[in-house]
Amino acid sequence: MSLWSCGGPSDVTNMLIKGSDTEVNLALSLAETYMANDPKISIAVTGGGSGAGIAALINGKTEIANSSREMKDEEITLAKERGVNPLAIIFAVDALAIAVNGNSKIEELTTAQLGAIYRGDVKNWKEVGGADMNISLYGRQSSSGTYVYFRDNILKSDYATSLKQMNGTAQIVEGLKADPAGIGYVGVGYVVQEDGSITEGVKLVKVKLDANQTAYLPDKMENITSGNYPIVRPLFQYTNGKPTGELRNFMLYCLSDEGQKIVQGAGFYPVSKQYWAQNENVLNFTYASSKTSN
Amino acid sequence: MQAARRVTDKAVRIVFFTAAALAVLILIGIFGMLLVNGIRMFAEVSVSEFFFSNKWNPSAYGKSTYGILSLIVSTFLVTIGAMIIAIPLGVGTAAYLSEVADSRLRKFLKPTIELLAAIPSVAVGFIGIVLVGPFLARVFNLDNGLTALNGAILLAIMSLPTIITVAEDAIRSVPNSFKEGSYALGSNKWTTLVRVVLPASMSGIIAAIVLGMGRAIGETMTVLMATGNATEMPDSFFDPVRTMTATIAIELGEVPYGTTHYYSLFAVGAVLFLISLGVNLIAENLAARFRYKA
Repeated sequence: MSLWSCGGPSDVTNMLIKGSDTEVNLALSLAETYMANDPKISIAVTGGGSGAGIAALINGKTEIANSSREMKDEEITLAKERGVNPLAIIFAVDALAIAVNGNSKIEELTTAQLGAIYRGDVKNWKEVGGADMNISLYGRQSSSGTYVYFRDNILKSDYATSLKQMNGTAQIVEGLKADPAGIGYVGVGYVVQEDGSITEGVKLVKVKLDANQTAYLPDKMENITSGNYPIVRPLFQYTNGKPTGELRNFMLYCLSDEGQKIVQGAGFYPVSKQYWAQNENVLNFTYASSKTSN
Repeated sequence: MQAARRVTDKAVRIVFFTAAALAVLILIGIFGMLLVNGIRMFAEVSVSEFFFSNKWNPSAYGKSTYGILSLIVSTFLVTIGAMIIAIPLGVGTAAYLSEVADSRLRKFLKPTIELLAAIPSVAVGFIGIVLVGPFLARVFNLDNGLTALNGAILLAIMSLPTIITVAEDAIRSVPNSFKEGSYALGSNKWTTLVRVVLPASMSGIIAAIVLGMGRAIGETMTVLMATGNATEMPDSFFDPVRTMTATIAIELGEVPYGTTHYYSLFAVGAVLFLISLGVNLIAENLAARFRYKA
């Protein structure tokens, strides 16, 4: 408030970022460092979920909608009806690790096998190369964006009703440590420490898109930024039309080396090359050719 | 002087009447709100699906389903399991405290037991995940311990203070003349306790049990953390369950307002309210009879 009164509100550009709870801490760090460099801008960040952010963008109540999923067709239609033209950049990438009990014999799985396991079509570990044990499924609760992402992209159908819906990532990890037949999905940052070591008592499974490919672990950043590790989701910033002025400057800052460092500090991954073209198009800029994906 | 006292009397009476009336109004208001919102789900869901189908998946990939049968069964499974454990333990402890233990020991034990009630349910739930669950898995050779049995044991611990405190009061209020009569006829301490004291205080003990049961039915956080929350219909105490309270807690956070899913959670709440109300009415009834006797 004191900043406002001495500079006068007219000098300060106010901006609102609203949306995904997954991204709210990251967006806050980005906004705070950006405001520290540029006192003429004031950015407010609030959560509420991806859906809430998108709704606010459609209603013209926010400049940026943070979303961990793409807008649905009906949301885009609704936005167009209200004269809003939603465009998105990808400002970070999130990866999900597939974890099993530390004593499991499972080394790798295809995304199709993962889908079959979580749909309940595959019920025993021996069907996918493990011991003769019934698979015990761990996942998040239906209110979680991760639950929805995994369902829509890996299962492409409903979860088996035997899915144990845990109250947060920490509980999935605790469950897996105790359960020799367990499998669960968790944010990579949660089980892979900064030095690359993996949480004790659990084991990560290599994942590949189809049987002919090499399977990768998400423990090394290049496996994710290169696009080799398949269970990644882009994190979006949606705006109404192509951003200009301070808004564009802020979004460029998010994609800069400094911004991407903050992204990594928050447990996410820098924007991988496959998304560069979309970002360049929306923000009218070019990634420096010297800057490689890693 | 007299007049001032009369005014004070009247004011205090009005204040307390308002407080009592407010409690009743709030109760009616809560039930009214649950009912008004809950009933609106039946515009899209049939009554028979709601009560007699065991598929609860309102945020389905395909068609949403709203059957609460497995949720009701889960709630009762956990509650009845808790009572099977807590009743012998609780009544036994109460009998020991009031009839056997010397007064020094009782002065130490009773507050200690009451302190059990002060442990936050989230802490009990955590103990369930990391301690009781894995222990049960080892003892019963299960994949994981996140089962109805785990929830039942934790809820038994949580309802023990209620049962012990109320039952102990009931047992202690048995008039001494009853016991003296028994001793005069040559009975020993055990016979007196089992044949005279416990039957004489039976209605109070039943009230204690029902109150403990009410505590167990309504508990949310502990079962949410420790029972796995799978929506599948449980076959036994060794299956994961998802209670009604856990369902509401999990889903209400991010459900879009005004949808069938939103209304259905209120309907679940209304059913739970009616169950709790029934249990409390029984307790009231029994407690009233007990008061008359004493």
